[in-house]
Amino acid sequence: MTELLQDIGLSHGLAVFIAKAVGVMVVGAFGLLWTLLGIWIERKAAGRFQDRLGPNRVGPFGLIQSIADTVKILLKEDLMPQGADRWVFNLAPIVSVVSVMLIWAVVPFSGSWIGSDLNIGVLYLVAVGAFGTVAVLMAGWSSNNKYALLSAFRSVAQLVSYEVPMVLALLVPVLLSGSMSTQTIVEQQHIMYLLAVPLTVLIFLTSGQAETGRGPFDLLEAESEIVSGFHIEYSGMKFGMFYVAEFLHAFTIGVLTAILFMGGWRGPFAEDVPLLGFIYLMIKSMVAYMVLIWVRMTLPRLRIDQLLDFNWKFLVPLSLVNLLVVAFVWKILPDTDQINSFGDALVPTLVLLVVNIALIAGVGAILRERGRRERQRVEARLTAAESAAAGD
Amino acid sequence: MDITVESIVFLIFGVLTLGSALLVVTTRNLFHGALYLMASLFGVAGLFVLLAAPFLAGVQIVVYIGAIAILIIFAIMLTPQVTAMRSVRTAQWPVAVAVAVIFFALLVSVVTPLMDELGVDDFAADFTQKSPPDVPADSLVRLGEQLVDLQQFMLPFEVASVLLMAALIGAVLLVWPEGTRSTPPGEAGDD
Repeated sequence: MTELLQDIGLSHGLAVFIAKAVGVMVVGAFGLLWTLLGIWIERKAAGRFQDRLGPNRVGPFGLIQSIADTVKILLKEDLMPQGADRWVFNLAPIVSVVSVMLIWAVVPFSGSWIGSDLNIGVLYLVAVGAFGTVAVLMAGWSSNNKYALLSAFRSVAQLVSYEVPMVLALLVPVLLSGSMSTQTIVEQQHIMYLLAVPLTVLIFLTSGQAETGRGPFDLLEAESEIVSGFHIEYSGMKFGMFYVAEFLHAFTIGVLTAILFMGGWRGPFAEDVPLLGFIYLMIKSMVAYMVLIWVRMTLPRLRIDQLLDFNWKFLVPLSLVNLLVVAFVWKILPDTDQINSFGDALVPTLVLLVVNIALIAGVGAILRERGRRERQRVEARLTAAESAAAGD
Repeated sequence: MDITVESIVFLIFGVLTLGSALLVVTTRNLFHGALYLMASLFGVAGLFVLLAAPFLAGVQIVVYIGAIAILIIFAIMLTPQVTAMRSVRTAQWPVAVAVAVIFFALLVSVVTPLMDELGVDDFAADFTQKSPPDVPADSLVRLGEQLVDLQQFMLPFEVASVLLMAALIGAVLLVWPEGTRSTPPGEAGDD
């Protein structure tokens, strides 16, 4: 495309600029249009999980339900709370969506299709996530509603906490591939990292679920109990943008899982046919995303103390130990810095898998012991309460 | 001086950085001040990108916007008056202005000879190239290696780590409930 623009007489700099701008628009439009279909898939799947049909009235199988919803949400009255901070209030939903869309810039759709192959790709992922946190605070503060503000603080506490295990999990594929570039990480996965470090994938998915604020970590915006949290004052399309950001973020966690742990666009003939690589990536992303929906629809909500306990007393120590163990094993294995084929990757993958299974077994034993003690404590308390009641 | 796309971007980020920095100290609303501070820090990250230092840009955003600015907002929310701050102009302001001017002159006097030494005389061209010839392509790898090299920056790196660790432990001790120093706070409150 750059050559074409130069042929019609534009300077090199301008041609590159226009080509990049078009690329940004294509990726952005794809992400937002995908949301329409993705929300339908999610609602359909969620319906099945809860033994109902999901959307089925508008169009075949309810396919154009999302479009109908979009029209409805666009036509709704745009409310502005009294005393709201106008600028910040309007800016917050945009920042929220943008922070998610920015992630797509480093998603390698296939061998040659990537927005920008940054050599700091993974650090970039963490960096743009920071804007999402800022958007939550902006929305909470500017709404001029004390409940929105309280909820924003609690949301930010959750986001900042769960960022720690997430970053520690992101470090593992960086360590295994020796690069922070998302494209290099995909190319280095001659065997999916999912098979080498399953524990890291679990940590990543768990913290990713918490980062997107979805069940079982959705207690701060529980729509059935406290009518959503920091975006309680938003209506119409501004609320829609928060909704889109949340959905897209959750799906992006699926995409990132596919890229970092499931080999991204790799698959049979993907190197010759870029479109095939793109299809592989979307299939893998959907698989990872379905796991997230499955967890979301199956588990009950946590309490706030359970949420923070689970992070700081379980997930953070676990991901620290996991990172140290993987780094140690990777260091003592021979020739791990030059893995260029399936054969090279086989032995290290097997060793890491064995170590991971041992780790998971150890963690399982510790959890069982904890659960046993907790049950005993509750039982002792119950018997104490019963005998006190009998004594009255 | 040719006007390239890079020099335009440089101007945008420069104006963003300085303009928001000015607004941070002039706005009457502390929360807006914090947001302007974020914009200013973001502008600095953009300048880092133009200087072919994307790693520093990423760290700038993660550390300053993602962590420090958020903490500042939390602190602001705990102050009694967030909006409509009164203008606090003490007798010290002429001294402060003088110090700021002197510091600025000092920076210019340090940076100018440095640029002569590096042979930089055209800002827009030499500071904003996509990959300047004197910036190695593997600068990120070299940064990592030098941080753990005993001959290079191993000692400062470790000292900084120990300092941060001490600060972490200190913070935990500060918020430990009084009188329960021997047991963790969670179990102390049982029943």
